Amino acid sequence: MRTIEISVGAFMLAGALALVFLAVRVSGINQMGVSAESFTLKARFEDVAGLTTRAKVSIAGVRVGRVTSVDVDPDYGQAIVTMAIDQRLASKLPTDTGAKILTEGILGGKYIGLSLGGADETLKEGDEITDTQSAFVLENLIGDLVTRMGGDSK
Amino acid sequence: MLRWLRRLGQEALARLGTFGRAGEVLWRALVGVTALKEFSLLTKQLYQVGVLSVVIIVLSAFSIGAVLALQGYTQLVRFGAEESVGLGVALVLLRELGPVVTGLLFAGRAGSAVTAEIGLMKTTDQLSSMEMMGVDPLKRIVAPRLWAGFIAMPLLLLLFNAVAIWGAGLVGVDWLGIDGGAFWGGMQDGVELWQDLGKGTLKGFIFAIVISWIAVFEGYDSVPTAEGISIATTKTVVYSSVAVLAIDFVLTLVMYGDFN
Repeated sequence: MRTIEISVGAFMLAGALALVFLAVRVSGINQMGVSAESFTLKARFEDVAGLTTRAKVSIAGVRVGRVTSVDVDPDYGQAIVTMAIDQRLASKLPTDTGAKILTEGILGGKYIGLSLGGADETLKEGDEITDTQSAFVLENLIGDLVTRMGGDSK
Repeated sequence: MLRWLRRLGQEALARLGTFGRAGEVLWRALVGVTALKEFSLLTKQLYQVGVLSVVIIVLSAFSIGAVLALQGYTQLVRFGAEESVGLGVALVLLRELGPVVTGLLFAGRAGSAVTAEIGLMKTTDQLSSMEMMGVDPLKRIVAPRLWAGFIAMPLLLLLFNAVAIWGAGLVGVDWLGIDGGAFWGGMQDGVELWQDLGKGTLKGFIFAIVISWIAVFEGYDSVPTAEGISIATTKTVVYSSVAVLAIDFVLTLVMYGDFN
């Protein structure tokens, strides 16, 4: 009976350890708390086409934050993307910083690339990036191409 | 025509009767939690269905994780996307393969044993002599086995997922040479705590209830002969496996159907 009880205890413990492993190492629970040492920026896009929460935000290809929410603004028909950016950049990003939605490789996911501007003022907590460039949407591009070719043949 | 109709009616009533008896067994065993005050009964069953299943779970988990990493790698490396192996393996395991394979193994390893044990107790009149002594076999025999299944299978599922992902990491990172940072980082970026781990584990809970219920009921309801036990054991494995696969489809539809 004693060995049975000990082994059941060990079994329970192993299950709990597995849960901890899955939560921390696999789902990255400790990375969710970016808000602790990060600040929020917003950006409006015409089209985010497949950008999801937790997508990466980068400057020159280096990760500096992540997307925390993607929402739609029904008044203007635009997408509002909220990002959590590393606190180190808190008063370093100029107000004319641009945000662009990019694709990682051909099949990769969407992410946001920030390009720094030259203004003296800097972005603060909750500010909005105005200079944005939407995602590359294949359908729109083909649509453009078709209209232009139609125009030529006139 | 009338005879045919009558047979259909008999068949339907028999099926409904089975469900009714199964519901009664589940209800009376669950209400019979009072017997769980005798903690040693539950511990014994946790050992039987849980601890003794660990070896098969760990071995299968490791080989499934390793195979997934190997196959994922050979396919994705052609697109230069071998860094997604970690994420793909983790999502597939947490959402689908983990709960389903654990369920099938659990039904084969633990469910069949429970059915055979209860069936043999019934055949050798142990259950009826208990009743004669004023002990409710549903409380003393069925309830601990039911609860042990509810508790043990989710734990086995967590073990399965952890070992399988670890095995995938071992093959992918240490053997095939995927960059370790990309492997684990991509996994942590893509896997969400509730959406993937939480819902997957919830699936495990639901499978645990279904399998344990089928196992104890088939044993309790078996025909008390040698042949009856063998039929009951087979039924447990077949019904549990089919139920797990069918319920998994419905759960996936409900949980992930609205591709957000």
